[in-house]
Amino acid sequence: MDAVLEIENIEVVYNKTVQVLRGLSLTVPRGAIVALLGSNGAGKSTTLKSVSGLLALEDGEVTAGDIRFKGQSLKNRPPEKLVREGLFHVMEGRRVFEDLTVEENLVAATYALSGREDARSRGYELVYDYFPRLRERRRQLAGYLSGGEQQMLALGRALIARPELIMLDEPSLGLAPLLVEEIFEIVARINREQGTAILLVEQNAAVSLAIASYGYIMENGKIVIDGPAEKLTANEDVREFYLGVGGQDGEARSYREIKHYKRRKRWLS
Amino acid sequence: MDWLFFGEISLAGLAMGGLYALIALGFVIIYKATRVINFAIGEIMMFAAYLFLAFAGGMEMSPWVAVPLAVLGGALLGGVIEKTMIRPMLGESPIAVVMVTIGIASILVGLVELIWTADPQLLPSFLPRQPVFIGELYLAPKIAYGFLIGMAVLVIYLLYFRFSRGGVALRATASDQAAAYSMGINVRRVFNLAWVFGSLAASVAGILVAATGGLSPQFGIIGLSVLVVVIVGGLDSILGALVAGVFIGWLETVAGAYLGGEYRMPATFAVLAVILVFKPYGLFGTHEIERV
Repeated sequence: MDAVLEIENIEVVYNKTVQVLRGLSLTVPRGAIVALLGSNGAGKSTTLKSVSGLLALEDGEVTAGDIRFKGQSLKNRPPEKLVREGLFHVMEGRRVFEDLTVEENLVAATYALSGREDARSRGYELVYDYFPRLRERRRQLAGYLSGGEQQMLALGRALIARPELIMLDEPSLGLAPLLVEEIFEIVARINREQGTAILLVEQNAAVSLAIASYGYIMENGKIVIDGPAEKLTANEDVREFYLGVGGQDGEARSYREIKHYKRRKRWLS
Repeated sequence: MDWLFFGEISLAGLAMGGLYALIALGFVIIYKATRVINFAIGEIMMFAAYLFLAFAGGMEMSPWVAVPLAVLGGALLGGVIEKTMIRPMLGESPIAVVMVTIGIASILVGLVELIWTADPQLLPSFLPRQPVFIGELYLAPKIAYGFLIGMAVLVIYLLYFRFSRGGVALRATASDQAAAYSMGINVRRVFNLAWVFGSLAASVAGILVAATGGLSPQFGIIGLSVLVVVIVGGLDSILGALVAGVFIGWLETVAGAYLGGEYRMPATFAVLAVILVFKPYGLFGTHEIERV
């Protein structure tokens, strides 16, 4: 299979003491959308940071396993180099530069093009075509944008970098459901029109599996189940614990009636 | 009250303040990008001034060559300090890094004493000598031209940071380091360039100040006044450095003229204390940064 990103059995330790990832493996094929799902603290963001090299800033370290981007091992490569080779990480919480204007945020992202032969065309227009609202606000400080607009700006910065793989960390965080749908539609469009592979990290399993072709679910630092999106959506455990529907009788249940101790996730046995 | 005298003193003070602003700019650039409080800024400017002395006095170069060379030397010194002594401290506690800069300051003082002795020296004069009059007010030519050159450098810096792509990289790094990395910005290089350009601004100021007041290994003390400037202006604000620099320069000179030289420092520190009561982060400082 032609994979853009392969993670093989990585283990990650923070501060030389806290182990967060315990032998995690996953693969992102070229041009595909892959969802990585899991609850709080499962290690989803850590997975992305270990790929993009931002782990070192938080005193984390990949102690075992291997990560390959376009077939090449990523060990000991500084984060800005990876971005320039086409691996763009949109961090959790959007992380726009709040005291820079919208357009300056895009200018900052052009550093991702350093050393590429196509660095001349900057592609601001492309961003404004995907996000017309950003064009209206191009001279405004990014700190004054709404949450949805900031997420659009974060995606816009990724577009500027013309990456082969975008790693999206919780784009739905703190957004109203309607906005979440809008953002995910655009993510799917970027994937379709630009051919960019996307590794999507989410807690919102329903919307993610709707646009992804393959999904992984992680708990406690490793993958517990994976499969094509349709198959995961049909899986009984996934339906109950991640999609919030189903159970034996297939109806939506009230949280009040759920007795957590009654049912064990099958993959834990 | 003699208004002519007051006017002349004020003018000299404002001009001195312009140079303070330039040194403060050097301090602020380094702090803004790297969050390092650089106590060696006064010594870096002193070193550049001694370099000028060596080039123009010892080697008898024309000031047109000696000034740029000395300024470049100061900038290079900043870059080397960052690379060899500050970068290994990355991730250590801020206090440890501050101690390193204080250590660097003493090393530079020692180095200068070894090479040029501890005696005060006069710089060969290189600024025009005809007196400058603004209306009826007389201003010493050295101070006036020093001010003009200082302001020109300051304006270039301001424009660069506001409008250039490099300025965007610096402000992006200052705003969110991890995010800057994820944009493909080489943050380590930004750190290094911040030290280079910060030291460059301080070096220009160092040569101009030494040209008016002479040079000795204690010259770096001026860094203390500049510390007041940056705290009043806000540690990470370039605009703050400008406004507070001019204000503190004026205040120091006026206090020195009317109350006597021994009141210069108490006057500025009193103002510092009052301002910190009302504006703990300085006049233009960002709120979440730490206080010194």
